[in-house]
Amino acid sequence: MSLLEIDKLNVTFEGDDGPVHAVNDLSLAINRGETLGIVGESGSGKSQTAFSIMGLLAPNGRTGGSIRFDGQEILGAKPKVLNKIRAERIAMIFQDPMTSLNPYMRISEQMAEVLTLHHGLSKRDALAESVRMLDAVKIPAAKERIRLFPHEFSGGMRQRVMIAMSLLCKPDLLIADEPTTALDVTVQAQIMDLLGDLQKDFGMATILITHDLGVVAGFCERVLVMYGGRVMEQGPTEPLFAKPTHPYTRGLLAAVPRVDDEDATMKAIPGNPPNMAAPPEGCPFRPRCDYAGDDCRVMPPLAPFDGARARACHRPIAEVTS
Amino acid sequence: MVMTSEQRVETSEIAAKGRSPWADARRRFFRNKAALMGLVILGFVVAFALFGNSLAQWSNEELDYNVMGQIVELGGPSIESGHYFGTDDLGRDLFARTVQGTQISLAVGLVGALIACVVGTLYGAVAGYFGGRTDSIMMRLVDIFMAVPYMFVLILLLVMYGRSITILFAGVGLISWMEMARIVRGQTLTIKGREFVEAARATGVSAPVIILRHIVPNLLGVIAVYATLLVPLMILTESFISFLGLGVQEPLTSLGALISEGAGTIAYGTTWQLGFPLLFFCLTLFGLFFIGDGLRDALDPKDR
Amino acid sequence: MSPLLSVRDLHVKFPITRAGDMPWTKPRILHAVNGVSFDLEPGKTLGVVGESGCGKSTLARGLIQMVPAEGQVMWQGETDLLSLSPRRMKPYRSEIQMVFQDPLASLNPRMTLGQIIAEPLKTHRPDVPTRERRARVAQMMERVGLLPQMINRYPHEFSGGQCQRIGIARALIVEPKLLICDEPVSALDVSIQAQVIELLKELQRDLGLAMIFIAHDLSVVKNISDEVMVLYLGRVMEKAPKAQLYDDPQHPYTQALLSAVPIPDPIAERAKQIVPMSGDMPSPMNPPSGCVFRGRCLRAQADCAQVVPQPGESLHQVACIHPGPLQASETAAQ
Repeated sequence: MSLLEIDKLNVTFEGDDGPVHAVNDLSLAINRGETLGIVGESGSGKSQTAFSIMGLLAPNGRTGGSIRFDGQEILGAKPKVLNKIRAERIAMIFQDPMTSLNPYMRISEQMAEVLTLHHGLSKRDALAESVRMLDAVKIPAAKERIRLFPHEFSGGMRQRVMIAMSLLCKPDLLIADEPTTALDVTVQAQIMDLLGDLQKDFGMATILITHDLGVVAGFCERVLVMYGGRVMEQGPTEPLFAKPTHPYTRGLLAAVPRVDDEDATMKAIPGNPPNMAAPPEGCPFRPRCDYAGDDCRVMPPLAPFDGARARACHRPIAEVTS
Repeated sequence: MVMTSEQRVETSEIAAKGRSPWADARRRFFRNKAALMGLVILGFVVAFALFGNSLAQWSNEELDYNVMGQIVELGGPSIESGHYFGTDDLGRDLFARTVQGTQISLAVGLVGALIACVVGTLYGAVAGYFGGRTDSIMMRLVDIFMAVPYMFVLILLLVMYGRSITILFAGVGLISWMEMARIVRGQTLTIKGREFVEAARATGVSAPVIILRHIVPNLLGVIAVYATLLVPLMILTESFISFLGLGVQEPLTSLGALISEGAGTIAYGTTWQLGFPLLFFCLTLFGLFFIGDGLRDALDPKDR
Repeated sequence: MSPLLSVRDLHVKFPITRAGDMPWTKPRILHAVNGVSFDLEPGKTLGVVGESGCGKSTLARGLIQMVPAEGQVMWQGETDLLSLSPRRMKPYRSEIQMVFQDPLASLNPRMTLGQIIAEPLKTHRPDVPTRERRARVAQMMERVGLLPQMINRYPHEFSGGQCQRIGIARALIVEPKLLICDEPVSALDVSIQAQVIELLKELQRDLGLAMIFIAHDLSVVKNISDEVMVLYLGRVMEKAPKAQLYDDPQHPYTQALLSAVPIPDPIAERAKQIVPMSGDMPSPMNPPSGCVFRGRCLRAQADCAQVVPQPGESLHQVACIHPGPLQASETAAQ
């Protein structure tokens, strides 16, 4: 049984101008210890998927479908149930560590609070465990630094603190929502390296949400490519990058410059991201796709091929990859 | 190829006129029930002030000799005698006087707020935009002015130069421009740092043009909200001065003066003399406060 | 032919007063740009890269007197821009324009598209009659890929990529010779970044524009630049023609930076050797003595604290007293 199973998830927001269909018919599964990357641009629905798992959607969000964690249905579960799972089994780290940490509390207090509340540890034990965790995320002089306030840390350090806090309860699943987007490239490399090490040491499953294809390439075993609230393509990382079979994935990879490529070519995808309040009929990528046809007004199903891979496209693979 | 053919078709069907931020704010305002109620209430009061006189059967100066001397018994509100609100202590029709009082109070409030807005905005925007020494000097001046007990100065002026309505307008307006200047300066500092102002500077747009074209239009939200809260303040100030007996001269009157008179005679049981002016006073203030609240919600920068 | 822009020894210093200081306390100095020099030929692009706090954005603003700067900024071999008073600087502003990072924030929310694009024209060429101005605005809009009927719309009705096109149209309507782009695509989606970069390159070709392209994304900079300059703590670490910088970096910082850039290719990314950098970036108010990078440099030796290395004047400039290609011992396997 998978650790997390999402089945036909729908997320809709009641907006001023009508409903916004942020996520449509999303299904995914992740096993213990696996790393899954969810890649997409703005409006793809990747962050809303993560929030749905954690039960953190905005009040005007409506969900449909099912999310099962370790066999237990958590979509729409009671706050009491969700709270227990959120602390101990699933942890989440966000893009901006400054707003995720309370600026008025010392790090020691914030971290110890997690342990005393959820695991009933004594203050002293909680503090010792917190220092140990800060060491694990390679913060130098952890014992002294833990008494500092968030603003006294640099951006990269704060993100390490966030990671340490999320690992305190040894979760089974870590969801990282754009954890390195706001960081410099060298700090990003260090943090991703750290996450990789921790993931192996703690054996936790990780969902990494990002728009950065390079980061996904380095960290994730499997990738899910989202566009306009739907899955376009998914599969193990290496074959997906080596031979992408969906027009959007191909377009995305062609648009991203590579530093090891002589000219660092960038080929644009024409058009704009979809307006999720008035999404295109059928496949959301249709208005921008070179291969679109009339049949694309009906959303193609996510069809598996080659074992673990799947794609949602009417055009045959041979035509798209020629 | 930058735009797909589909997009060209889709966008050409959309109207050419844009949806300005003001239109968005207007929509939000009209969806706010409390604000609409405020607008209705204020509308009623304004209509009363503008058209009340055509309904009055008496002028505001005429003394009704029928009721003189017997105000308590005969001076109450009645439809037959034509005194819808009753009469005041001298026998003058309270309805007509209330209409007149409302006119004066609203006028003072609006003109005072206008002066405060214009002077305060220009002063604050200039201080905020230029910053540095200019800003320091200008704002320290404001601090000094604010330390002056304006109420006393105004009363002094009125006593020295007589109770003219011009001094009242000017004085009441000049009390509040300083608050407005402070608020506008603060907002200007924020707007000054935004990228579109930087872009204008990089383009070479001159300072006066930046202030008038880029900064002030983006201040109007804050100004509008504060102005609607200023008007009640002006009316209160004027009412207080009239209550002290220093406001507009007879036969002109204001709501404050009427309330003052009414409060004085309440011991004799002529409650209508206090009740009606007070009612309109409160309606005006409520209306303005609700509108102010509604404006603040509608113009919230977060939603912009 | 003399270079279009010739910058020598540019310094930008900010006095920092802390809350609670007495009015007479001497403020501390934040040396944001510390002695930067470069030349730029017409029609060429200089990429300026560095991490946050390196001073690249401040450099851009210092060039056009948006922040107080010292040094020499020679324009077309004739005029030192830094010596001009604000009034005499104004006509030069029509020759040097800027595109900003946040597409929506760089547009006045209360002005229509048409008004925004027309503003520089109104400012520098008030003699142009209204009808011709409108025609030029329409022409510019088409040039950057905006539909003509959008002329009365407001910025918030557009996507990020479209807003950035508006910013570019605004900058180019006065036909400048130099376009300074401060992180123009960082806030855009990946698929839109490529559109805007393509547009910029096309416009550069057609209009003979020189560009200074500031970014933290080394891959994008590689695409668009002819020459690249690497900044750290306000100083030039390395400057070279693109191919040389990326294929044969000589400065340890450049090497560390390049190794950290993620590659969208699992095999290449996982096989990559990262050059580690220890510690954090020092505070710009308290830089280390000698070479500012020595606190984090793997190659640092005793003499790095004594000498401030100069980049020099050759084609491939390196501010390091121990420059050279990466040694095997300096990398850490992934």
